[in-house]
Amino acid sequence: VDLANFLIQLLNGVQYGLLLFMLAAGLTLIFGIMGVVNLAHGSFYMLGAYLAWSLASLTGSFTLAIVVGAALSVLFGLVLERLLFRHFYKRDHLDQVLLTFGLIYIFEEGRSIVWGDDVHSVQIPDLLSASIPLTDNLSYPVYRLFMSGVCVVLAIGLYLLISKTRLGMKIRAGAFNRDMTEALGVNIKLIHAIVFAIGVALATVAGMIASPISSVYPNMGSQVLIMCFVVVVIGGIGSVRGALISALLVGLVDTFGKVLLPHISGMLVYMLMAAVLLWKPEGLFRQ
Amino acid sequence: MTAKANLETLPRTLQVALALGLLALAVFPFVGTAFYAEMVARMMILAIFAMSLDLLLGVTGLVSLGHAAFFGLSGYALAFLMPAAEPASLWWTLPAAVAASALAALVIGFFVVRTHGIYFIMVTMAFAQMVFYLFFDNKALGGSDGIYVNFKPDARLFDLENKRVFYYFTLALLVGVYAFLRRLLFSPFGRVLAGIRINEHRMRAMGYGTFGYKLAAFTLAGALAGLAGYLLAAQSGYVNPELMGFHTSAHAIMMVILGGMGNFAGAIVGAFAFEYLLETFKDLPTLGAVQLGKHWQLWMGLFIVAVVVFAPRGLLGAIDRLLWRRLPHRERDLD
Repeated sequence: VDLANFLIQLLNGVQYGLLLFMLAAGLTLIFGIMGVVNLAHGSFYMLGAYLAWSLASLTGSFTLAIVVGAALSVLFGLVLERLLFRHFYKRDHLDQVLLTFGLIYIFEEGRSIVWGDDVHSVQIPDLLSASIPLTDNLSYPVYRLFMSGVCVVLAIGLYLLISKTRLGMKIRAGAFNRDMTEALGVNIKLIHAIVFAIGVALATVAGMIASPISSVYPNMGSQVLIMCFVVVVIGGIGSVRGALISALLVGLVDTFGKVLLPHISGMLVYMLMAAVLLWKPEGLFRQ
Repeated sequence: MTAKANLETLPRTLQVALALGLLALAVFPFVGTAFYAEMVARMMILAIFAMSLDLLLGVTGLVSLGHAAFFGLSGYALAFLMPAAEPASLWWTLPAAVAASALAALVIGFFVVRTHGIYFIMVTMAFAQMVFYLFFDNKALGGSDGIYVNFKPDARLFDLENKRVFYYFTLALLVGVYAFLRRLLFSPFGRVLAGIRINEHRMRAMGYGTFGYKLAAFTLAGALAGLAGYLLAAQSGYVNPELMGFHTSAHAIMMVILGGMGNFAGAIVGAFAFEYLLETFKDLPTLGAVQLGKHWQLWMGLFIVAVVVFAPRGLLGAIDRLLWRRLPHRERDLD
């Protein structure tokens, strides 16, 4: 592997890792703060991709599609939280598993009814469709850099929100001791609704910005969901920092595995997870 | 967090109902059509699968979302062991296929039973998907299309190609597995597993090596799931990665929940009820331009959500709760 190729794979790995982080962050926040296992998290990713495709063809602008789609996903998250998830925060994990599994069926079939079962592709916006030449015949698409950039901006935003703002302080307090926080006059139900909506929006936006390079297809959420589980297990449930580090690790291992060890590349990530489980059963950054 | 009190000892009325159910299963091939007899045989196979999961879910309190991996693995083992030109013997392919599932469960169990709660759910699901993609991505292992099982296993003493014989062979195994698991439930081993569900720390403080017990339960459950998977592959004549997918695992959980956890009888009832519903949803009529049956996933999804929201302890639990409400409140506190 020469330097240019190595650089391309490195960028791909980081970009994939950052995308996984967007999903895993929501998953780990929703579990860490509300104690809910959400199997339907991958469905939000799929819905995001379909939303980007239909909104982009409707409005003719990918940027507008993302802005409108993100707003819709926040709304969707709030409604879903109010109607269903709110009642499951204190329920058994088994009930949460079944509820969210049922939701996967509903979302998949809803997608099939609204958008059909065809595979679609989303046009990369003209502004970002260029490639940066690395050598005479190798180049790197600007759009992938843009994706990584969006993920980094959102990751920093999430970090600032949680550790530097008043709302973030309430979120952290609520995760630490729910009853005490409530007794101090914080509207914990509102906090939970906001956290849930943030998680849904992150997953949906991830699906939207990934749609031009991954194409849009049925069941695209389930594979990414498993990868997120691996990320969350390695990083430690409830830890956003752990999710970031482990998402990058998983992204790099998966990408370089496909190049260097193609025969077992599908297994590598799981081997990594197994090794972490032997060493630290609670994940690397369990809080 | 998990429901601690299980209905382990079945009341007399339920025992009678089960005996009647067994009688109905025994005479069914003479009453029903061949098509329905095959469907009932399939339900019995899934009932064995659901019981194997109940050993983890209901008895030991381990919520495994990857149980289908062991179900599918032994089906694949049968597909690989069956030569293309002639049937292989039941008497070595069955033990070999079950052993393959048990071995996989032992290895995967070694990693997963050291985790707890939500980690266990996620990790079992992740490892099962690893197995799924191993078969899905490799053309040599059948790829996404799967593999045909050209013959029914050759049993010498009886002919499994005969559908009625296969039906009774499955029924015998269903009864055998049920009897075995009921014995196991009240054995010292089963009592330790129930103790782990209720309070693992206390069991460890009392000197039980809970890791070994949980690993043994995981392996045994994997082996029994393998038995069911072998039967299903033999019955249907093909295997595909779907058998190992997490939808199959989740369906098995739904079966156990529907019937009621921790006594194996509930798992059987749940498996029959769930499969029946699934078939009903898929066979829904077409109303005008709307093909109701095509959207079975929507109905199944709504049904599952409705069960979790309104009847979290299964259908039997819902009936139970309705009866509970009529009782004076002093007796309700037991719940």
